[in-house]
Amino acid sequence: MVTATALEAELLELAGSVPDPELPVLTLRELGVLRAVHLHGTDAVEVDLTPTYTGCPAIEAMSSDIERVLRAHGMREVTVRTVLTPAWSTDDITSEGRDKLREFGIAPPRVRHDSGPVTLTLGPTRTQDEGSATEPVRCPHCGSAGTELLSRFSSTACKALRRCLDCREPFDHFKEL
Amino acid sequence: MTATGPATVPVTAALALGDDALVLSHRLGEWAGHAPVLEEEVALANIALDLLGQARVLLSLAGDEDELAYLREERAFRNLQLVEQPNGDFAHTIARQLYFSTYQQLLYAELAAGTGPFAPLAAKAVKEVAYHRDHAELWTLRLGDGTETSHERMRLACDALWRFTGEMFQPVEGLDAGLPALEARWLESVTDVLGRAGLTVPEGPRTGAWSAGAGRQGLHTEPFGRMLAEMQHLHRSHPGASW
Repeated sequence: MVTATALEAELLELAGSVPDPELPVLTLRELGVLRAVHLHGTDAVEVDLTPTYTGCPAIEAMSSDIERVLRAHGMREVTVRTVLTPAWSTDDITSEGRDKLREFGIAPPRVRHDSGPVTLTLGPTRTQDEGSATEPVRCPHCGSAGTELLSRFSSTACKALRRCLDCREPFDHFKEL
Repeated sequence: MTATGPATVPVTAALALGDDALVLSHRLGEWAGHAPVLEEEVALANIALDLLGQARVLLSLAGDEDELAYLREERAFRNLQLVEQPNGDFAHTIARQLYFSTYQQLLYAELAAGTGPFAPLAAKAVKEVAYHRDHAELWTLRLGDGTETSHERMRLACDALWRFTGEMFQPVEGLDAGLPALEARWLESVTDVLGRAGLTVPEGPRTGAWSAGAGRQGLHTEPFGRMLAEMQHLHRSHPGASW
């Protein structure tokens, strides 16, 4: 017989193995959005999930995927709660998560310890990163550090659109938050 | 969406902040299919999505989010008149973004540092809003310091919206923030951006008798009714519909 805490750990791992609906290459654990699993009795469970962005529409798909997985594991009652505190940050993405993003063609966020956008200066036609003040965003295809920002908002709120100055490929950058 | 927070929520303040986010989100959404370049199409929609997420959390603190968004009459909305102003040309949208996101970033940073009922949402949203302000600042610089036409349009837009900026710092019941100090920092920040963009700070009054207490008291400008009619039409025509 498994103890309550062992079962909780198992449920946490199961919920954490659910793929992100938007970036299926990452699991919810690697994305860092799964906060806790609380078991009540033997078959009722409460899951704390935090959104990446306040308006991220993927949170609803994440909740129903978690519910499905945990019910399939014998849970009768699954409640997914959205928690805002402490606020999610891209620093919560695990290092395996960052590697997977890069392999998937998305430049991972740089690790940061303050909040807010990385400072930019205005170029003649495009915006450019401030020289050496921050670590460069590297092209996920060729690894070049010479890349330029095309738009600070891309296919989803969490990404910016950039282009490599060497291989000329456009790519998404998971921007720091 | 559920959000954790203390049991007592100042409803007036939650509506004020929630309605600001909801109404501006809807206005920005109107750019879909009309933005000048594809990147801006995506940027404005993403900013709108961030604001919609904030609105959902804030309105849920005050009551049922759908009922509040879709079933209130114009006079029950507590948003600033600034955010309900029509998009106008791209310069008007950018001027509105600059004025509002600068205010929102300062306000949310203060709320996030406190322990009040808005602290959890503010701590999350302030990081998103920093990107909105950055976006508005860069476009203000590019348009103000661009061609003769872009400079002139940006100047006209900043002037036209200036009279709606005083309202942001009028007291709101239940909103625990040092508004006079925020106003001083807002003016400093906007003056700095306009200066670097080669624009002058508009001269007219920032509020006046014409505003009659303004949006925070439920008094709105004429274009708001039309916006609301469009926003609420589907929900009112098909109550409880889902897809």
